[in-house]
Amino acid sequence: MSNKTVKREFISIFLIAVTALGFGCSGQKLGESNSSATTSGAVRIQGSGASFPKPIYEKWVNEFGKVNPNVSIDYQSTGSGAGQKALLSKTADFGASDDPMSDADIKSAGSEILHIPTVLGAVVLTYNLESIKEPLKLTSQNISDIYLGNIKKWNDAKLKADNPTIVLPDTDILPVYRADSSGTSAVFTDFLSKTVPEWKEKVGMNKQPSWITGVGIGAKGNDGVMGQVKQSPNSIGYVELTFAKANNLPSALIKNKAGDFVDASLESVSAAAAASVAAMPDDLRVQITDAEGKGVYPIASYTYILVYKDQQDANKGKAIADFLWWAIHDGEKFVKDLHYSPLPAEVIKKVETKINSMTNSGKPLRQS
Amino acid sequence: MAQTGAIGDKIFRTVLLIAAASILLIVVAIFYMMVQNSMPTLQRFGIGFLTGSEWRPAQEEFGALPFIYGTLVSSLIALILAVPISLGIAIFLVEQAPAKIARPIAFMVELLAAIPSVVYGLWGIFVLAPFIRNYLGVFLQDYLGFLPFFQGRLTGIGMLTAGIILALMITPIITAVVRDVLEAVPTTQREAALALGATKWETTTIVLGNAASGIAGAVVLGLGRAIGETMAVTMVIGNSPQISASLFEPANTIASLLAANFAEATDKIYMSALIEIGLVLFLVTFVVNAFAKLLIMSVGDNSSSSKHV
Repeated sequence: MSNKTVKREFISIFLIAVTALGFGCSGQKLGESNSSATTSGAVRIQGSGASFPKPIYEKWVNEFGKVNPNVSIDYQSTGSGAGQKALLSKTADFGASDDPMSDADIKSAGSEILHIPTVLGAVVLTYNLESIKEPLKLTSQNISDIYLGNIKKWNDAKLKADNPTIVLPDTDILPVYRADSSGTSAVFTDFLSKTVPEWKEKVGMNKQPSWITGVGIGAKGNDGVMGQVKQSPNSIGYVELTFAKANNLPSALIKNKAGDFVDASLESVSAAAAASVAAMPDDLRVQITDAEGKGVYPIASYTYILVYKDQQDANKGKAIADFLWWAIHDGEKFVKDLHYSPLPAEVIKKVETKINSMTNSGKPLRQS
Repeated sequence: MAQTGAIGDKIFRTVLLIAAASILLIVVAIFYMMVQNSMPTLQRFGIGFLTGSEWRPAQEEFGALPFIYGTLVSSLIALILAVPISLGIAIFLVEQAPAKIARPIAFMVELLAAIPSVVYGLWGIFVLAPFIRNYLGVFLQDYLGFLPFFQGRLTGIGMLTAGIILALMITPIITAVVRDVLEAVPTTQREAALALGATKWETTTIVLGNAASGIAGAVVLGLGRAIGETMAVTMVIGNSPQISASLFEPANTIASLLAANFAEATDKIYMSALIEIGLVLFLVTFVVNAFAKLLIMSVGDNSSSSKHV
């Protein structure tokens, strides 16, 4: 066998393979086949999105499955951004997100998208200061200064001023932030942007803000931030309340618009929601950070399930609508145990209307 | 019979050729796909993407330099720590240890290779980071603090921690391959050296010289894993895109950036930037591998010439 023929054969096979690849690329899109209603009336729903409501959604899915054994829902916690993307690309039947979708994204969907608020949560500042038993008091100005690198030590005069009874150590502060894109970061930076001009100018409100280089460390996910704060003395980080509670870490009292230092609790988060009900727009997309009123916790937010108003598959659409309806009524009783706050009654009314407006080719999915 | 044999050979050769061509095709296809998908940032930033040192997705500003730096430096630390240890283990196992000891040690090394990287990451956060913060870092600052590498704030999270974790992760691979390479060196060479009156040490250097290209191959394999490691690095490196001489400062690597952000990249331009930085990783790996191949070739020449002596 001559070397030449081998070479020629090799080239020809390579060319054939390249052409085959070309055909493969121009072929049809993957994953177009729908697998709903495969076995006698069983409906499979795929949801994906925010990690913050994962504990309550898992509980709901589980409990809803007991009542409706023919519906099986699978919720993947992939992050708010991924949830929005999955809905837009229709790789999931519903998306979940902590922050509302942008106008541009909603427009790009081509079909109307509904925002269904499900529960409320709070972002807390948790810290690792062994010697301190009393909860720390923080203003948005001080939080901003810590994350901008203006306040470097725990015994800074600005921190002492709000915490006269606490002996703060003479150690460097290690701020921990989210390195990945996250709804938690969006809520946190939204609060700081509303209240601190310097923050708004230097960092702003973003799911993935540009942190000041050389200040602090980044970690992936709520549990990543939790892990870093837990193991690093003198650190401070922001996480969803659920995660701080589950890890027995303290959370700071935050000064609200009314001037009080408030702990993140069911009541204070509900109060923030109640304070903003009047201002809630028709599409229910709203930020409730830095809300007015007494006893309001200022870093709170709704978390949303995103669905198409007009569902393509009648069985799936009905199952999703039923699930949402069940969640905001019967599902309510599981909310408090997991440290979320339930929706205010006025908001539940608005959500009911939204759920009842879901259709399948023009026909309503639920008879109210 | 000769006829059927010839046809059989032809089929056999074709099958092998298809297999060989497919690997080339896959590489080309990956490269093509990445270039295609990173077009928006390729056109918008050009070479500035590689030289820029600011990474601000919110402002649509993308500079990959801190990530390239972090990738190379963390892998370099890993190699500096892992190569001598791996060589030591492998030489001990092949040249010195009695079978009774060699077998359990070899088993332990293989066990290390089987541990998932997220476990290394957890161990890094909860054991290694406090150890560096409280002991190793303090020690380095006390005795080598005049070097820029060991200055600054000690948090336990950063480039050094990532490098040490990576060293741990690549040690088993390098050890296993070097052991195989050393075992492949004919026993007759050792016997010849010993017969000429060489000491154990001298014999080992001769064996090492003849195994040089294989050892270099093992190192490249380890380097490949270090460059591409994601989860364990993300957990201990601090994920801050900055270039700092201090090894105690947080940094970030390309693979770690991709792992943390790919799923959430919703903007077109951001997605493109991430794919382009993936392309950079692809090229960095390619260059490092090519460089190592050159190194192996030069070392290989030396060893073959020494064989004639």
